[in-house]
Amino acid sequence: MTGARQLLILGGIALALWGMGYGLWYAVFAEHQALNGIGSSLAAAFDASATRNPGAAEAAFNNYKQAKYVYDRQVDVHGHWIGLAMLLIVVGIAFDHVRLAEGSKLILASALLAGAVIFPLGVLLQTFDHGSIPRGIAIVGSALVITALAGITLGLVASQTSAD
Amino acid sequence: MAFSHSSIGAKTNDMHQSSFAPLSARRLLVLGGIGLILVGMLVGDIFAVFILHQNAARVGGGLASAAHAALAGDRPLVRASFQDVGSFLENRGTKVDTHVHMIDFGYLALMLAILQPWIDFRESTKRRLAWLFLVGAALLPVGVFLIHYIGLAYSPLQAIGWASIFADLGGLFVLIATLGLLFGLGKHYRSQVSAPLQDALLLNRSAPGRVLLVGGIAMVLAGFLHGAYYAGVDLYRHEALDASILTDMAKAAGANDAGMVDRSLEAYGQLQGDKAVKIAAHAHIIEFGLLAMLLALFQPYVSLRETWKSRWAYVLILGSVILPVCVLLELRFGLVAGGLADAGGLLVIVALLAMWIGILRQVGDAR
Repeated sequence: MTGARQLLILGGIALALWGMGYGLWYAVFAEHQALNGIGSSLAAAFDASATRNPGAAEAAFNNYKQAKYVYDRQVDVHGHWIGLAMLLIVVGIAFDHVRLAEGSKLILASALLAGAVIFPLGVLLQTFDHGSIPRGIAIVGSALVITALAGITLGLVASQTSAD
Repeated sequence: MAFSHSSIGAKTNDMHQSSFAPLSARRLLVLGGIGLILVGMLVGDIFAVFILHQNAARVGGGLASAAHAALAGDRPLVRASFQDVGSFLENRGTKVDTHVHMIDFGYLALMLAILQPWIDFRESTKRRLAWLFLVGAALLPVGVFLIHYIGLAYSPLQAIGWASIFADLGGLFVLIATLGLLFGLGKHYRSQVSAPLQDALLLNRSAPGRVLLVGGIAMVLAGFLHGAYYAGVDLYRHEALDASILTDMAKAAGANDAGMVDRSLEAYGQLQGDKAVKIAAHAHIIEFGLLAMLLALFQPYVSLRETWKSRWAYVLILGSVILPVCVLLELRFGLVAGGLADAGGLLVIVALLAMWIGILRQVGDAR
C-alpha cells in the first residue's frame, strides 16, 4: 500500500472513530439538554407573549437563538467528521485509479486529511467563540477539502481518458 | 471483462473466487449492504411522498396555533400547541433517522466488505461477524421507526421504551461487529508474515466502474462546492432570519396584531422550506457520489453483460444528479420539481436493484 493510500485509509478510520466517539459523547451528555433548551426557550417566549411580557419574551428568544446556534453546529460537526471519514476511506481505496505522480498524490491526500480534520473543528470552535478566527479555520479546512477533491477528480479523469 | 489482468497472479484469482463464495462474509456484506441502502432509499422515497410535506404542514399548524394562542392570551393552549409540535417533530425525526441509518449502515457494510481479504480471521469467524453486523444494522432502524408508535408501552424503564432498547441493542451489535473486523485488520498488519495480499477487485478498470468512480467523485465535489456556497451566502442569513421572524411573531402576538402574526408564520414556513431543500440537496448529492464510488469497486461482481452494466451505471448517475437538482428547484417550481426529484430517486433505486440482482447471480467467479 502506498503512503498516500495508507494516509487516507488509516486517517479515515481514525477520523471515523473520533467522529463516532464525539457523537456518543454528544448523544449522552449534550443532545437532550440542547433540545430541551431550544424547546423550552421557544415555549417560554410565546408564553411570555401570551402574558404580554415583551422583556421576558425577548430574553427567551435570545436563549433560543444561542441554543439553536450551538445545536446546529454540534450536529454539523458530528455529521461532517463521519461523512468526511467515509470519503477519505473510499477515496483511499480507489486511490490507485488516480493518475498522478506519487508525490502529488501524497500532497493531495495530506490536504484532504488536513481539511477533513480542520473544517469541522473550525465549526465546533464557533460554539465557543463567535469571532472570525474559528470561521477562518472552517473556511481554510473546507478550501483544503475542495482543492484536494478537485485535484483527485482531475487525476481520475486523466486515468479514464488514458484507459479510453 | 476487464477483470482478468495478466499481472494478477493465480493466488489473487483464487483468493477472489473464494472470498465471494456463497455465504462468504464479503458476499453477505455486499448483498446485505446494498439491500440496506435499497430499503433505506425506499423508506426515504415513501417518507418524502406520503409523510414529509404533511408532517411539515402539521408542525407549521402547531406553531400557528401557538402564535394565535399567544395572541388570545391563552397560556394553556400555547403549551399544548408546543407539545403537539414536539410530537410531530419526534415522528419526523424517527423517520429521517430510520432512512439515514439504514443507508449509512449499508455504506459501512460495503466498506467492510472491501476490507475482508485483509481481515486476519477464519472465514467462519468473519461470517459470524458479518451476520452480527447485518442483524444489528436491520434492528436499529426498525427499532427507531417504532419508537413513535410504541412509546413507553410495557417498558420496564421510565424514560426508554422497548423500541429504543432494541434500537440500542442493534447499535451495539453493529459496534461489536465493526470493532471485531477492525481488530482482525489490525491483526493482519501486525503479523505481516506472508507476502502482501493483492485484491483483484481493486484492480478493476472496467468502463462502468470508471463511469461510477469519476461521476461519483464529481458529485461529491459538486456537493462540497454547493455546501461552501450555502455556508457563505445563506447559513448566517437563515440563522438571523429564523430568530428575527420568531421574535416578530411573538411581539405581534403580544401587541394583538393578528395580521403580522400570519405574515410572520408565512415567512417562517418559507424560510424552513428554503433551508430544508438546500441542506437536502447538499447531503443527497454527496451521499449519492459516495455510493457511486463504492459501487464502482464492486462492478466485477455484477454478473450482467457489459452493455447493461454501463447502462445501469449511467442510470444511477443520472438519477443521482436529477434528485438533488430538482430538490433545489422545488421552492420555485413546486410539485413538478418535487415529482421529478422523486423520479430521480426511483432511477437510483432501480439501477441499484439491477446491480444487486447482478451480484446475486454471481457465484464465486467474477471473470
